[in-house]
Amino acid sequence: MLVLWTDALIYLLVVASLSLVWYLSRQLHMRRPLTKLLSSPVAMATLTLLLCFGLIGLLDSIHFKNTESNGNEAISVLDRACDTMRAHGEKTYSEPFAAYLYSKETITQSDGSTRWDYPRLKHGGAHLPNPDTDLMADVVTKASLAMVKMGGLLGLLIWLLTKPNRRLLWQPPSAKAVWLVLSLVITLTYSLWLLSNDYHVFGTDKVGEDVFYQALKSIRTGLVIGCLTTLVMLPLAIVFGIMAGFFKGWIDDLIQFTYTTLNSIPSVLLIAASILMVQVYMTNHAEDFNNLLVRADMRLLFLCLILGVTSWTGLCRMLRAETLKLREMEYVQAAQALGVKPAMILYRHILPNVMHIVLISVVLDFSSLVLAEAVLSYINIGVDPTTHSWGNMINGARLEMAREPVVWWSLAAAFVFMFSLVLAANLFADSVRDAFDPRRADK
Amino acid sequence: MINYLIRRLLYALPLLMAVNVLTFVLFFVVNSPDDMARMQLGQKRVTEQAIANWKHQHGYDLPLLFNSDEQGAKQLTTTIFYQKSINLFLFDFGISDSGRNIGADIQQRMWPSLALALPSLIVGLLVNISLALFMVLFRNSYLELGGSVLLVMLMSISSLFYIIGGQFLIGKLLKWVPISGYDSGWSAIKFLILPVMISVVAGIGSGVRWYRSLFLEEVEKDYVRTARAKGLSEPQVLFKHVLQNAMIPILTGVVVVLPLLFMGSLIMESFFSIPGLGSYTIDAINRQDFAIVRSMVFLGSVLYIAGLLLTDISYTLVDPRVRLS
Repeated sequence: MLVLWTDALIYLLVVASLSLVWYLSRQLHMRRPLTKLLSSPVAMATLTLLLCFGLIGLLDSIHFKNTESNGNEAISVLDRACDTMRAHGEKTYSEPFAAYLYSKETITQSDGSTRWDYPRLKHGGAHLPNPDTDLMADVVTKASLAMVKMGGLLGLLIWLLTKPNRRLLWQPPSAKAVWLVLSLVITLTYSLWLLSNDYHVFGTDKVGEDVFYQALKSIRTGLVIGCLTTLVMLPLAIVFGIMAGFFKGWIDDLIQFTYTTLNSIPSVLLIAASILMVQVYMTNHAEDFNNLLVRADMRLLFLCLILGVTSWTGLCRMLRAETLKLREMEYVQAAQALGVKPAMILYRHILPNVMHIVLISVVLDFSSLVLAEAVLSYINIGVDPTTHSWGNMINGARLEMAREPVVWWSLAAAFVFMFSLVLAANLFADSVRDAFDPRRADK
Repeated sequence: MINYLIRRLLYALPLLMAVNVLTFVLFFVVNSPDDMARMQLGQKRVTEQAIANWKHQHGYDLPLLFNSDEQGAKQLTTTIFYQKSINLFLFDFGISDSGRNIGADIQQRMWPSLALALPSLIVGLLVNISLALFMVLFRNSYLELGGSVLLVMLMSISSLFYIIGGQFLIGKLLKWVPISGYDSGWSAIKFLILPVMISVVAGIGSGVRWYRSLFLEEVEKDYVRTARAKGLSEPQVLFKHVLQNAMIPILTGVVVVLPLLFMGSLIMESFFSIPGLGSYTIDAINRQDFAIVRSMVFLGSVLYIAGLLLTDISYTLVDPRVRLS
């Protein structure tokens, strides 16, 4: 097994969020919002979808050394699952479910003569003797067979799982929503995965790589940017925000000065400047970054660091304002009068009472970070060009819109994946805010 | 008022100084000028002489903070920090790494940026506010539910897709306007219609949601109930009373971004090849021109601080409850 830096941080993040959920579920005052969240179909459905994305991202974060190829190339569990997709490279573009290449070339026929035509793909639909007539029927049979098989299996599984307690596990609308989303996602992924043994379900890109595989690999990049940035940002925002609000005086002045300074630099420019500096550093210390994967990984990690540094100020300001209010509360004053140390007051009385703000803003920020990745990749200050990411997919495909006929599938795949992730995150964020914001409690 | 302004301006100075030190550390301490020279001249087989020449040409062949070869005040002034950072305060941006005058470039490229950003802001504001009012008018109906779902969906689409989709649909398929480009004077309008339209549409999702929450907060207040009790119709209440009172947060939210309009929009300008400051910055980033990026960082923070100042002033002008102290 091989652990990259971002992998290790992802494991840390998983452990941290699991313990957060465990901690929250034991707190009495968190019961009400959590039950509210659990009984909302939209929240549970989107959470299920997000967890499915998370699972794929997690599978892609377990790397081990590739024994087949010579040397230091590392592959993940997801790569192993997509072995056929990786092996089925074509020469250049091909449409989704196509049997012929996108561009014409000279084909040598069996009798030695040549003709100028679209050649057959090496792997896409190669098992069909006569693709012009059979392709549609073959795709439909294979897809429906896979769906029926997987759907039936899942139906049975869900029926068995919910058997012990129908009233709790099946009857509430939120439970139905979870099962529906889960079976839809699994069935769809399974049929697409099965179909990609014989076809390129989202086509191939310029160098003939399967676009479906690229989109799956990009999930990890999107999640890493969305989550690790939070991991960087949270300690800064929480520590500084609470301290500024609680101690006031020169500490408050200093912290306010720091975040106004950081805020006043346009964040894109700060990111650009930092990434430029990293590039200079990496080219001058090339011997430390000779492995392509390690290099891309370090750049991804650094991007998260920089995004975290530029984005903690908003949350910090909110926490400061809330702490200013809380420190005048009776229970804080009582603790002070009893001689409790400031650090203890912060930890025991202030921190739990600003937790809902932290939670809401983390969920709200996630989707904007995923969207930001695409824009940054377009300006060439995002992730490494060799990393699979939706931003890089869009960036590579946008010039192809000028071609005739239009090469639309890379964009479409990136759009579908990004849209479903961001939409789920946005809807979930709305539900979290409705559940945890005390001002909306009575509604 | 004057006293307050002077104090705020004095407060801005240490902020700018801090920005300056930060960029200085980022650009000159993390990587030495030698590294930059090597980056610009190509990696392998660069002679020491070539690096020294490049550094001398661009004024990087000085000590960072303290020059022990000179006498008196010159010990501090003939350093990279003084020459490259302090001059920014006088808006003397110096020469870019490719040898052009940055100040002149900025002055020239400011106007196309403004020509794109200002109409986008105004049209976007009008569209967003009217849509938000419309949604509040029909609150607690299926129309509002459908509207909010649509807004979340609009919000979840990356701005890149709006641009690519808009260019493809309107520029390529329908051929109403040119896909990209720019022209001087009034003939620029036909190039500006599409980017303005796209940035308005791309902003609808988050914009309308924001204004709607502002209006919904106002609608709950007592004076609105009084207005209804007087017998005013719902549209009258909304457009006369609610809109006027919600104007305060809207106005201050707009004022804070006004100075930053000069900076332009990075992706819009480069997609539509509009020669503004946004595309200038992107070009500089791609060419790794450190002098330009540094100047733009400084300019951006000056404009941001100006925006904060304007916000405070506009508060006192529109909200009689706020007094400057």
